[in-house]
Amino acid sequence: MLLEMKDICKDYPQGKEVVKILKNVDLTIDEGDYLAIMGPSGSGKTTLMNLIGCLDVPTSGEYLLNGENVGKASENRLADIRNTTLGFVFQSFYLLPKLDARDNVALPLLYAGVGKRERRQRAEEALNMVGLADRMDFMPNQLSGGQQQRVAIARAMINDPKLLLADEPTGALDSTSGHQVMDLFDELNAQGATIVLITHEPGVGARAKRLRRILDGVLLEEGEGGTGDAW
Amino acid sequence: MFENIALAFQGIWGHKMRSFLTMLGIIIGIASIITIVSTIKGTNDQIKESLIGSGTNAVTVQLYQDNYTYTFSDWNPPPEGVEPITDETRQKLAELDNVETVGLYCSRQYNNEVYYKNTSYSGELYGVDENYFAASGFTLRYGRGFTADDYTKFRKVALLDDTAKSALFGQADPVGEILEIKGEPFTVVGVMEKSSSSGYAIETYRDYQMYADTSGGKVFVPLADWPTIFRFDEPQAVVLKAKSTDDMTSIGQQAEDLLTASQITGTSANGTFSYQSDDLMEQAAQIQEMSNATNNQLIWIAGISLLVGGIGVMNIMLVTVTERTREIGLKKAIGAKKRRVLWQFLTEAAALTSIGGMIGVAAGVILSRLIASVMGTPTAVSYPAILVAVVFSMFIGVIFGMLPAVKAANLNPIDALRRE
Repeated sequence: MLLEMKDICKDYPQGKEVVKILKNVDLTIDEGDYLAIMGPSGSGKTTLMNLIGCLDVPTSGEYLLNGENVGKASENRLADIRNTTLGFVFQSFYLLPKLDARDNVALPLLYAGVGKRERRQRAEEALNMVGLADRMDFMPNQLSGGQQQRVAIARAMINDPKLLLADEPTGALDSTSGHQVMDLFDELNAQGATIVLITHEPGVGARAKRLRRILDGVLLEEGEGGTGDAW
Repeated sequence: MFENIALAFQGIWGHKMRSFLTMLGIIIGIASIITIVSTIKGTNDQIKESLIGSGTNAVTVQLYQDNYTYTFSDWNPPPEGVEPITDETRQKLAELDNVETVGLYCSRQYNNEVYYKNTSYSGELYGVDENYFAASGFTLRYGRGFTADDYTKFRKVALLDDTAKSALFGQADPVGEILEIKGEPFTVVGVMEKSSSSGYAIETYRDYQMYADTSGGKVFVPLADWPTIFRFDEPQAVVLKAKSTDDMTSIGQQAEDLLTASQITGTSANGTFSYQSDDLMEQAAQIQEMSNATNNQLIWIAGISLLVGGIGVMNIMLVTVTERTREIGLKKAIGAKKRRVLWQFLTEAAALTSIGGMIGVAAGVILSRLIASVMGTPTAVSYPAILVAVVFSMFIGVIFGMLPAVKAANLNPIDALRRE
């Protein structure tokens, strides 16, 4: 088991009141899984994603990632986990505009303390894998949205993470580019990557192996709330 | 670290105009400090140079009564218990470390018994031995110098320095003319001049004080003639030529000790006698201190503009952090630790102020040269000051970059990424 969440709650103070964003979430993910989490906006799916991604810590409950109790880890340890165990893909790519594709992809290796020559070489391999071997020296603003997202995926995969987290990865793309990105996810999963995808698009959710819905902070059981197509 | 520095320079270069305006406060502050320091150093060098006598390296050791130079005159004869300097002592002086030449001399200040025809002369009269001119940095301008025969045969010959020559003879050639010294006729054989290239050289601190109110001037006769003119064997004063300026103080002290020990043989009811050197280095330092005191205040005032510059840097760095919130969020999300983000922004602030400091140094050097050439004040580049200025401006970057950097490092990646 790669990831296990038990009875996870997340509260946010809002004025004098406390808003419960996530309510008693249980979730397990095995290696090689491909899970889509679907929910309307405000359902708590991004908060759940932040918790899975170790960007935030739960108010209560237990979160084991790769056998480690993440809820008790220090800030520095969480940074290390994000760097080596997790890979992130965001809706709006978040590429650094002043770095070319190669340097953007190599950035996580910089924080992992990898030497310059190796960083360069591995970044080129990762860009090769996402089909952008001919765009190494391009700046983000010279790339299309789909290409930018593929650079972001290469960046997420460069440290060979245990878990790839994607937050609305097709949200900012046209349907053709979106399909290409989803094809890439399928391919990565087929090669053994564990993927958790967050989306509100039924078509995207339907491509995952497993689908869980989230509604008002409650993570529904598999199959509950209909299939992706019907949403 | 190197990546951080490279990134910092990229960031600065990416916003040339803004970076320059941010640096401006630092540039002005450092430039004014460098200008002030250059002027101080120029003045100090000038004081030192004119006081020490532009490389003649002559140390004068004279007889002191209590704290004052003992001035010989007809009513102030050689004091009891002070012996004339013997050849043996002279040899010991010559053997001191770093001494090139030892000259002995006797002198009279404000002498009023030197005449050329009806012209009286009120400068100084010197009885000098054969090494005096070499030790104190005089060379022959024309005529002839003193020869060995002049000393052994007690010839009544005289040399003049330029000032004395002008005072007594004007433009006329003095060689062969007869001076009357204390009623004795002396034949002028030549004119001496200071070997240093500067117009005049101040040889002692006393000269420095006297320069303003007397025309000075020196008439030299062989030391061998001195007892016949003044009837006493006077204890001589010593002039030592040091190998380098830096040796002058130590040579002066050794000579003082040696002479005080060997020449002061008895005690006198008139006070304590001793030989003391004109410690020119120390006197130069005292004069320099006076000029430094006022200029140090100027440095503090210029320091205020550095403070203002630092606040400007802090301001811009805070704006930069806000602008780059997403970048910071992303970096933290993919594994950048707090410390790394902190360093990135500190490095950027320090790079910004260091560059400002370097530009300021360049501007300061140019400005001080400009002021020097327009106002005629001396200037000299102080390399330690330049080093301190650049390091200090870097330090300002670290100090004033701290708040923005801490703010950046503490950004929560979720909030940072959410901000569009």
